[in-house]
Amino acid sequence: MASTTGETLAAAEPIADGRTEEGEEEQVVNPWEVSAKGGKIDYDKLVDKFGCQRLDESLIQRFERITGRRAHVFLRRGLFFAHRDLSDILDAYERGEKFYLYTGRGPSSESLHLGHLVPFMFTKYLQDVFKVPLVIQLTDDEKCMWKGLSVEESERLARENAKDIIACGFDVERTFIFADFSYMSPPIYKNIVRIANCVTGNKIVGIFGLTLEDYGGKFFFPYIQAAPSFPSSFPHIFSGKYSKLRCLIPCAIDQDPYFRMTRDVAPRLSYHKPALIESKFFPALQGESGKMSASDPNSAIYVTDSLKDIKNKVNRYAFSGGQDTIEKQRKYGANLEVDVPVKYLNFFLDDDAELLSIKEKYGSGAMLTGEVKARLIEVLSEIVERHQRARAAVTEETVDAFMAVRPLPRMFG
Amino acid sequence: MVVTGFYPDNMSRLNPKGPIIFHTQSLESRESSLSACSFHAASINPFLKSLNRNLKPIYSPAPRPPLLIRRRRRSMAFTKDQLLARLQELKVEFLSCDHPSVMTVEEQAKYVGHLGGALSKNLFLKDKKHRLYIISALANTKVDLKILSQRLGLGKGGLRMAPEEALPEILHVALGSVTPFALINESARSVSLLLDKGFKSQRYCLFHPLTNEVTIALTPSDFDKFLLSIGHEPAYVDLEDCPVVGKDNPPDLAYLIPAEALNLPGGADKVPPTSAPAQTNATLEQKTKQPTQKPKEPSKEQKQKSGNDKPQINVDAVADSTNVEKFVEKVLEKVSNVFISELSKQSNAEDGNIKDHMLEGVKQRVSSDLLSMTMTLKNSVYTQGFHAGIESTLYPLANKKIVERK
Repeated sequence: MASTTGETLAAAEPIADGRTEEGEEEQVVNPWEVSAKGGKIDYDKLVDKFGCQRLDESLIQRFERITGRRAHVFLRRGLFFAHRDLSDILDAYERGEKFYLYTGRGPSSESLHLGHLVPFMFTKYLQDVFKVPLVIQLTDDEKCMWKGLSVEESERLARENAKDIIACGFDVERTFIFADFSYMSPPIYKNIVRIANCVTGNKIVGIFGLTLEDYGGKFFFPYIQAAPSFPSSFPHIFSGKYSKLRCLIPCAIDQDPYFRMTRDVAPRLSYHKPALIESKFFPALQGESGKMSASDPNSAIYVTDSLKDIKNKVNRYAFSGGQDTIEKQRKYGANLEVDVPVKYLNFFLDDDAELLSIKEKYGSGAMLTGEVKARLIEVLSEIVERHQRARAAVTEETVDAFMAVRPLPRMFG
Repeated sequence: MVVTGFYPDNMSRLNPKGPIIFHTQSLESRESSLSACSFHAASINPFLKSLNRNLKPIYSPAPRPPLLIRRRRRSMAFTKDQLLARLQELKVEFLSCDHPSVMTVEEQAKYVGHLGGALSKNLFLKDKKHRLYIISALANTKVDLKILSQRLGLGKGGLRMAPEEALPEILHVALGSVTPFALINESARSVSLLLDKGFKSQRYCLFHPLTNEVTIALTPSDFDKFLLSIGHEPAYVDLEDCPVVGKDNPPDLAYLIPAEALNLPGGADKVPPTSAPAQTNATLEQKTKQPTQKPKEPSKEQKQKSGNDKPQINVDAVADSTNVEKFVEKVLEKVSNVFISELSKQSNAEDGNIKDHMLEGVKQRVSSDLLSMTMTLKNSVYTQGFHAGIESTLYPLANKKIVERK
């Protein structure tokens, strides 16, 4: 998959997403570009335009009822905010019908930042509470096509990224990680061709805005990203009674076009349409106007950052909604709308009560920017440290085990 | 099944009036299942038209002879024609009458009443232990399933109608076509047949020969001949008799319970095969005519299933012990219990609430880290096991190479 958090490509001009009828669109959201006038993405408009549904309070409560525990912080705070057919998946699950999870990453760089980890952290939660298997696609071929990386480099990056993904805490008993270059094999290739036979080039152009100047592989890649939505792509895992298993795809909302296409194709191949649960984009440290980019190390917190780096970055680069001076701050309070540390705490601070108290105090002026940032540094350091510890324990053999084409006998246990 | 592509087998060489074999391919199955349908050449074009496709039959020799079709497999279902051929082989005389498909005895009577034979009503039943029975009775005989169930020793509500799926699966007949003749099929070898003793005194007995579009009439003795030829001892029973079954009166039909239960579609087979019933009124001769070769497949399947029962208990225990969250919960519980007791030792007047609060706070702060560490441990251990597995498989081969080199 392409970057899930608003990372821009080297593309010179914005790619049209082909659905503009009323002239120039205000915001552009597609797998290769996310931008909006004034920096702020209008998610309501986006949901309307894409045609997915908002994840409302009742669904969150349903999650808690079915799983028997508090919903994940990303759900509660609205980071994962949209879905397609999620209620169908929950209905089926209550009836005893299982499903599997499918997510992925486009391994474009060796360094991952927290924004990259967001979908994986959420997917781990889904795997734990529903006790279902997960397949993770590393699209090294995509990065080869779009980023002009060599095949060998893409493969290497895929393996490196796999280590960070594993460090998020996925259960090897129920997780299959695969890279396109090494997994391409009869079952998945046959599905790719079946899907390819259902979608014309015109449709691809319409969905992804490609032109005849683009290399042919880019036209073909969407089929590759669609194929893992069908369980027959993994006969070593899903066979017999699981050959028509439902699929739930947690991803960022810019991936929606791929799966709109997939959902269109699914009934023609007599599969369930894959369900989606979609997230917003993670804000860059500099705020809405900034873009999280691999080229700017100060735009995000990286999983390789030391505690000192985190402290430095948050203190110096995190955009603050607080007032310029302490006096003003005490008087007027902070602008919570644009304050990045509060936004980050919104997603990473699990304690609802504490978050509420911080917002109140900060908004009223009782709390200073420095204090909020300090709390954020604590929270982020804990997460990054935990990740680094887990990452250190991942060896080449661990990656081999996760990527081995093997049955998962206790994937629902 | 969808006819997705077909090529006529050797059509170009055949008499256009002769049958042609088409191969159909199932969309769903990974391995294509081939099945043959025969058509007369003359009927092909309307057949193709009925598929609503603009298909022109391509007459060309088939690239590969399909061996599957050529070989006759014993486990294939018997057709009406095959049954009638078998009856002819046995020199059994019968009258055959074609009619439109009939689902009830009344309907059947309209077409074949003139034959002067005894119409039969046939029930396909199962008991709670998934054993199957066909009860073939004269149309007038009252069949009380409750009484029969008791007489068989199955208790009061032991007999039910067999599931619909069992008809094509076990008897290889369609709905409305249950007939004792279905026992000619391998799959029906364990079905017990109870025949109305009233048949014995009839001139002709009327049954469906595997399809409800035909009725055949044959004499009772010829019918017995057929049953014996397929290894079934004809069991005639007074179906209307209602003896009281109790301590002093054992179930009089218990000898008719099948030795094996069958893997019914959708039903789990958990019961081990019961011992062969003693036949009180059977001579030794007749006993040897019983099907002695117990086919190996069902017992294997049963063994597998009962074998599967055992690991099921173990699998849950293993699932528990590899569950990271449960592990961390237990660890934290142990630690907090010990902690509380140590704290209480220090200061007795400590407020219980404060202790709990503290513990909750500690647990919360430590949980995430503990969970992560435990998952890391689990994954690493699995990885080691995984590679050990691979190495142990490769080891003998590696060793072999070294030996060969020497």
